[in-house]
Amino acid sequence: MNSNKISIQNVDLFYGTFQALKSINMDIPENQVTAFIGPSGCGKSTLLKCLNRMNDLVEGCKITGEILLDDKSINQMDVNLLRKQVGMVFQKPNPFPMSVYDNIAFGPRTHGIRSRVMLDEIVEKSLRDAAIWDEVKDRLNKSALGLSGGQQQRLCIARALAVHPEVLLMDEPTSALDPISTSKIEELCTQLKKEYTIVIVTHNMQQAARISDRTAFFLLGEAVEYTDTEKMFSMPTDKRTEDYITGRFG
Amino acid sequence: MKQFRESAMRLVFFIAALTSILAVLLICVFLFANGIPAMSKVGFFDFILGENWAPQDVPPSFGILPMILGSVYITAGALIIGVPIGILTAVFLAKYCPQRAHRILKPAVDLLAGIPSVVYGFFGLVVLVPFVRDNFGGDGSSILTASILLGIMILPTIVSVSESAIRAVPQEYYENAVALGATHERAVFRVVLPAAKSGVFASVVLGVGRAIGEAMAVIMVAGNQARMPAGLLKGIRTLTTNIVTEMGYAADLHREVLIATGVVLFVFILIINISFSLIKRRQK
Repeated sequence: MNSNKISIQNVDLFYGTFQALKSINMDIPENQVTAFIGPSGCGKSTLLKCLNRMNDLVEGCKITGEILLDDKSINQMDVNLLRKQVGMVFQKPNPFPMSVYDNIAFGPRTHGIRSRVMLDEIVEKSLRDAAIWDEVKDRLNKSALGLSGGQQQRLCIARALAVHPEVLLMDEPTSALDPISTSKIEELCTQLKKEYTIVIVTHNMQQAARISDRTAFFLLGEAVEYTDTEKMFSMPTDKRTEDYITGRFG
Repeated sequence: MKQFRESAMRLVFFIAALTSILAVLLICVFLFANGIPAMSKVGFFDFILGENWAPQDVPPSFGILPMILGSVYITAGALIIGVPIGILTAVFLAKYCPQRAHRILKPAVDLLAGIPSVVYGFFGLVVLVPFVRDNFGGDGSSILTASILLGIMILPTIVSVSESAIRAVPQEYYENAVALGATHERAVFRVVLPAAKSGVFASVVLGVGRAIGEAMAVIMVAGNQARMPAGLLKGIRTLTTNIVTEMGYAADLHREVLIATGVVLFVFILIINISFSLIKRRQK
């Protein structure tokens, strides 16, 4: 059993008076892929965004409880350093309207790396790690907006990797992509978990089954069941989990 | 009966639409019909590049280069002052300002646009001219004074157009930058603002149009001497103020030359408008 990278303890989250998360307790193991599944509006993305404090940007959002990264409370960390350690890939591929190179270099530059040699190295390594180097190496100085959707998403993954995070959060990273790009990104996830801890939110249960080691099922703001993926999909203990994964609702 | 009413109304709309087009056409025809002959009488290059404006001399001299340069200098000065302030104000309104303050600040900026230019001119005369005289020297009516005043006058244009351009940038850009560990400042200035650059640039072009076409405020603070620009603290005359100053008593060729000055101004505005629509088209 790997050690725990992230520990979520008794987290409640309110948007105004609406309670979006109800006393969540969960440990996320290091160097594994953890999947959050559940129907729309169940709170899975909301919880994901708690992990790098993106909910700070939401007005009227209040969180109680404790989230620990390597046993340190993330609320006591500098938020920009936290986000350097906990990278995020969003649902919609969203490269910045600048060149491929500058997209990748944005993160390292943010964290003070100015040397061209180092940046070149980071850009190449990140793009290789995101399995897109061969496709873009001849057009590093062209706008990233000219890439296809699947390439853009892998570029966004490379951009997230370029700051050397320890955890990579992925918020439905393939829901806007075609099947081929999707399988590339799934393959990538299983590659990346050697170096990173990955938390992925997905709508797609097959995807969770294919790539994740642990799965959490959410319903109406509650973490109904959280266990090894294999166990979750073969013999769920909760009736609601069973109904969901057998397709009775959702 | 119903059909008749339909087509009658259509005619009414058509005429309404035609009116504005007709107005533009009439202005063009009037300007060029009166201005072009004057230009050829004076000689095109003597007119455009002549450094001496002395319509009352015998023989008169009609060089408008001092006024062209005056307009260009004052517009450039207004941009140097107005563009940084305007863009930073827009950034503040779009990305920093709490909503409650926005509800007060935004209408205040918009109000700037509604103030009549003669009031600006009066403000310039009473406040800016003495200020420049006391702090920088000269007699106060100068390129610098006019630039400051015009810089203020173009603020509302730059602020409101830039602000909407910044607001139009997808929130995802901001979120992505922040998620990479960027501070609010870095996300705003390195990602969001560059993403809005064509809109911001459009606001500057509109500001240029406003500055170069302004006459009333400029005439009150720029000194109005028809001579080649001699320094920041010296007076100057622009294309617009040249027309306003002399149209009242000008006759014959002098009058026609003033209209030709209007043609030059019109061409400037035309260039600005065309570049504005080119920028807008590229934006899409």
